[in-house]
Order: sequence, then C-alpha cells, then structure tokens
Amino acid sequence: MGFFADLGRWFLENWSGDAGWLVRIWQHVEVSAVAVVAAVLVALPLGAWLGHTGRGGLAVVSVVNIGRAMPSFGILALALPFTIWLADTVWFIDNGLGFAPTFVALFALALPPVFTNTWAGIRGVDPEIVEAARGMGFTGRRLLRDVEFPLALPVILTGVRVTAVQVVATATLGALVGYGGLGRYIIDGFATQDDVRIVAGALLVAALSVLTEAMFSLVERRVVSPGLGIERQTTVPTPETRFRNGEHPEAVLS
Amino acid sequence: MIVAQAAGDPRFFRWDWVWGHLDLIGAKVLEHLVLTGIALGVGLAVSFALALVGLRFPRTYQPITWVTGLLYTIPSLALFAFLVPVTGFTTLTAEIGLVSYTLLILIRNIVAGVQGIDPAVRESALGMGYGRRRLFIEIELPLALPVILAGLRIAAVTTIGLVTVTALIGKGGVGFFILRGLNRFFDTEIVLGTALSVLLAVAVDLVLVTTERWLTPWSRTRGAG
Repeated sequence: MGFFADLGRWFLENWSGDAGWLVRIWQHVEVSAVAVVAAVLVALPLGAWLGHTGRGGLAVVSVVNIGRAMPSFGILALALPFTIWLADTVWFIDNGLGFAPTFVALFALALPPVFTNTWAGIRGVDPEIVEAARGMGFTGRRLLRDVEFPLALPVILTGVRVTAVQVVATATLGALVGYGGLGRYIIDGFATQDDVRIVAGALLVAALSVLTEAMFSLVERRVVSPGLGIERQTTVPTPETRFRNGEHPEAVLS
Repeated sequence: MIVAQAAGDPRFFRWDWVWGHLDLIGAKVLEHLVLTGIALGVGLAVSFALALVGLRFPRTYQPITWVTGLLYTIPSLALFAFLVPVTGFTTLTAEIGLVSYTLLILIRNIVAGVQGIDPAVRESALGMGYGRRRLFIEIELPLALPVILAGLRIAAVTTIGLVTVTALIGKGGVGFFILRGLNRFFDTEIVLGTALSVLLAVAVDLVLVTTERWLTPWSRTRGAG
C-alpha cells in the first residue's frame, strides 16, 4: 500500500510550479497541438487535391510504407542535429534544443497519416455520386468542397485522430531532446531510479493519450453529416489494398 | 576520448566509425531481430488464442478489442514505465510492452480473415462432414492466411520501430545507437541507428511477402498480382 500512498502524495505535492504536472501537461499538449495543426494545414489540402485529381497513387503507397518503417524515436533523434544546424544558420531561430526538434519530429510524423487518409477518403467517394454531381454542373474546387470532402470526412477525421494520438505518444520522447512535457518525469525517473515519479509520469501520459483518443472520437461523431450514418470507421481501405488488385482485404487500424 | 572525438567532428556521417564498430553493430542488429522475433512469436500465439475465443463467443470480441485497443493507445514509453518498477530494466519488460502492441493488429486481422471467408465454402465443408476443428485447420486457416499475414507484416514493421524505444530501458537493438548518439551529440550513430531500423523493417517485410507467396500459391494464379 505504501507505493500507492507515495503516488498519491506525489500528485498532491507536484502539481504547481515550473516542473509541476499542470505545466508539464500544458507543454505536452502545446507542442502536440501545434504539430498536428501544422501537419493538417499542409497535408490535408495536398491529399484532398491529389485525391480529387486522382494523381499521386504511387506517392501514397510510398508514404504509407516509409511512414510505417520509420521509427519515431529515430525521427526525433534526427530532428535534433537538424534544428541545431537551423539555429546556427537562420537568424530568427535561436535555440535548437527543446521545442524546436520536438516540433519538427512530430510534424514530420504527422504528415503521412493525415495525407494518406485524406487522399484515400477522397478517392473512396462513390464514383457514381461524383458522376451525378458533375452531371449537375459541379466542377473542380466546388465538386471537391461540396461533394467529395463532406463524404470523405469520416475517413479524414479518422486519420487526424490516429495522427493526434500518435503525436501525443511521441511527444513523450521530447524529454530526450531537452523539451519538457510529461516524458520528463519518466526519463528523469529512470535516471534517478525514482519509481514513484516513473509511474506518475506514465499515468499522466497514458491518461492524456486516452483522453486525446476519446476527444477526437467525440468530434468525429459530432462533425460528420448524420446522412452518412456514421458507422465508425473500423477498417479504412488502405491504398495498399487498392493497388494490389484487391489480393487481400487488409484490415487496418483505425 | 572517443566521446570528445565524436562530438568535435563536424562531418554528418562518418563511415570510418561504422567500419571500426562492425562487431557492435552486428550484435545490436541481432539483438533487434531477437527482440522482434520473440515479440511476434508470443504476440501471434496470444492473438490466436484471443481471436479463437472472439470467434467462438462473439460477445467477447468487443471487450477483447477494447482492452487491446487501450493497450495500443498507451504510448510505448509509458507502458515500459509502468512495468519498470515491477520487472526492472529487463528483456521481460521490453517484451511485455512489444507484445501488447502486436495484439490489436493481429487479432483484428485473424478475425477479419476468418470472417471474410465465403460462407458457401464453410457450408460445403460442413456438408462434406468436416468437424469444427478440422474445418478451422484445413479450410478456414489457409483461406484466412493472406489477411493474417498482412496483419503480421504490419505488426512486424511496427514492432521493429518500437524496439528502438526499448533503448531507454537498456535494450533497444539498433536503438542503442540512436540513444547514445543523442546523448553525446554524435550524428553518425543517430543516422546509423535510424537507417538500420528502417532497413531491418524493409528486409523483414520482404521476407514475409516472400513467405506469403510461398504459403499461398493459389493466390498467385488469380489475377495479375
């Protein structure tokens, strides 16, 4: 029982101040949110446009495969020399440690899933509906904005949710490149063999991840047109399935 | 002395360092493969058991995916952190975490694979007098194999990436280089660790694709694939 009492005391004693968990949660959320928003701003329009024009199939397959094979820990570690170099080169960036490498890594990590899901979502819209819309005089941007995009929204939002959860998870590793965030407790706890701090950090990280997942699921339900009869997307048709002559229906994580 | 040399060198990637440390690199690659292999083996066994339960008693499927989904959502570092006070900086800690991440992917694909089989096929097998067990082993399993192997491929590639994180609990395979390179600002090790992890993922994926073709020769004759 002693351990849990210590754990409770830890939470009571460490909520305030610069190293308190309120600040750490905020740091964690801040870098994650900025990275996801930036990635959505870049990858969503790109994926939507390429999906609309039907181009970029090969790019999507490559992005999926490379994205999966790249270890997030490696991306984070590689971001550090990059931002240090950037801080030396670009005058308005004066610190290559902490926020910068964490942001760069999370941004890089967030691009592929947002891009591929947007692309797949737009491509996955029933061609007959698109045909009908064209028949009614919809073209180009309007077709994309008023017809394809709303219909693709469930798949796109699934992509954003998966991305956000992954980003929050990886932000934990930001502690290794000098950032704050909740990973700090785990990494410092490892170094000082402080089990209470390790478990407290793990609890906070786990809670934040589950909360992120829950929040985005809620948004998905709210935002998607009721006409689409939101059956929660459990299997997203991956580009892989499309391009291999439908050899095997690959069940994929949503 | 090595640290000073490493930190002071301006070059981004030093091949001479790589040639000088081939033994260590080989050992870490091997460790990486062993950690991955154990995780996939155990993960596959556990997933098969849980998938069978889920298929036999459909009511249990939802809770099973819920729990494994929760495990999947918890960041790897947090999962390792929960275990460290109990199991320490050991291979066991690493494997429990790694196995947890394979479960959701594998269970979903096993169940989807079996459920995706044409009911008429099952019907004919039952009509020919197949029992439940023989039906599963001789009919359902082979037909579900492509989907199961597709899941195994995703699980394998994901696990290889996650193994690098176990460097933080003293394991890590090639992740060892990433962490050490990070700690002493030695870019060569960071690049090496990341590149090796990607190469391992690609190589293992290729091996699995080849195995899949070899195990399911009938799917080759169909279509152009």
